Amino acid sequence: MQIYADNAATTKMSKAVIDTMAECMKNIYGNPSSIHSLGQQAAEQLAKDRESIARILGAEPSEIIFTSGGSEADNQAIRSAALWGKKNGKMHLISTAFEHHAVLHTLKKLEAEGFLVTLLPVHEDGIVQMEDLRAAVREDTALVSVMFANNEIGTIQPISEIGAFCREAGIIFHSDAVQAAGHVRIDVKEMNIDMLALSAHKFCGPKGVGALYVRKGMPVYPLIEGGAQERGRRGGTENIPGIAGMAKAFALAAKKMEENGVRERKMRDALIAGLSEIPHARLNGDAARRLPGNVNFCFEGIEGESLLLLLDAKGIGASSGSACTSGSLDPSHVLLAIGLPHEVAHGSLRLTLSAENTMEEVAYMITEIAAVVEYLRSISPVWEELEKGEREHVIQ
Amino acid sequence: MLYSDKVMDHFQHPRNLGKMEDADGIGEVGNAKCGDIMKIYIKVEDDIITDVSFNTFGCGSAIASSSMATEMIRGKPISEALALTNKAVAEALDGLPAHKMHCSVLAEEAVRAAVENYYESQRRL
Repeated sequence: MQIYADNAATTKMSKAVIDTMAECMKNIYGNPSSIHSLGQQAAEQLAKDRESIARILGAEPSEIIFTSGGSEADNQAIRSAALWGKKNGKMHLISTAFEHHAVLHTLKKLEAEGFLVTLLPVHEDGIVQMEDLRAAVREDTALVSVMFANNEIGTIQPISEIGAFCREAGIIFHSDAVQAAGHVRIDVKEMNIDMLALSAHKFCGPKGVGALYVRKGMPVYPLIEGGAQERGRRGGTENIPGIAGMAKAFALAAKKMEENGVRERKMRDALIAGLSEIPHARLNGDAARRLPGNVNFCFEGIEGESLLLLLDAKGIGASSGSACTSGSLDPSHVLLAIGLPHEVAHGSLRLTLSAENTMEEVAYMITEIAAVVEYLRSISPVWEELEKGEREHVIQ
Repeated sequence: MLYSDKVMDHFQHPRNLGKMEDADGIGEVGNAKCGDIMKIYIKVEDDIITDVSFNTFGCGSAIASSSMATEMIRGKPISEALALTNKAVAEALDGLPAHKMHCSVLAEEAVRAAVENYYESQRRL
């Protein structure tokens, strides 16, 4: 059995999306900046796609900037707000401890440039608390950047509340919605979001294309200088086939959001229930306020990379927050932010489902994961110490 | 692929796996915080390592390095076990990715720790 359970890493493109892109590449090859018919045909396609994406988000087409993906959109949003802050004597930026590195590393750079950054805690349930935000805000706060849903543990943040608070306080509110877009409902107007980043390949669109929503009147500066594309906010000839693929994928995701959500939640909850049967295992992040397809567990006494490799050998493609898979010595900053000790964070497993997964696959995964965890524990000196009582269990 | 076929073979089919109840020397190195702990057990007769086994908490290359290191010292004189280098372990595995070389270092250290533990227990006798 081949099971893909790593949909938070990237998703499979649907045939409809691939066909849309292929059509576009074959027939709409003009440059939208050209005056001639072929160019204008591309410009029309671009306008249509922009309109479609904007409508789903509750935005105006002019408020959508196409980018190379979520990371670029996050970089541009944060740098734009910071630059505006600098011009207005507001050098304080607020975000959270478990943001994606596209946000965290941009903030780190800005810190070195003289900005003051506050990272809010996310607590054991992986959710930002309003009182922490209220306490962190200062006279000179320029930006609040809180992800819509976390990429590892899938917890959904109180975006509407944060949006209402920021609007009232006159602070720019950016949300990295890369994991949420196409999976949960987003209405930028209703939720008082000023900037929002999304990435096509997380909702069955192509890689290398994303978008930044910037509310009309908000400051926005180009990261990439060039021509007057995107109203001077992003230089470079537009990725017409990529954008067409994103628009198609986003429309399909919006249309099937309800139906897919129900399906995914059912599988997610069955998976959580099944894996909870494994002794000394725990679900990371709030059980209810999480993305429909996200399951993230820690198993004490084992290490995540060896778990992934053995699951791969059984046909299961998953992900982990262990140091060995992150390419650094520390395990995932997200798991550390929710208070897990290093040795437990090393033993994490993320399974992210799509509507294409089945209950049969869920049952297979539960059985195989339980067996692999048991095997790895049987060869683990850490587990031996835990069992002997020489080391204390963190997960009961 | 992340790993060579040799690494995958030793990871998926580890040699000399398991705890040894009557070991003459036990070496444990690494720590759980960093994500790797290796424990090597040896049985010694007339300065020859007659039996060896291991248990490891860690990634694929940590398990493969433990497995390979135990294979390389089995039946060998203690002096040879002490001369085992991490480079030799990594080479025997047809190489390790650069950021995984520390796993082979742990294997070398675990072998040495087991021998030291054996010498210590001999002194106590």
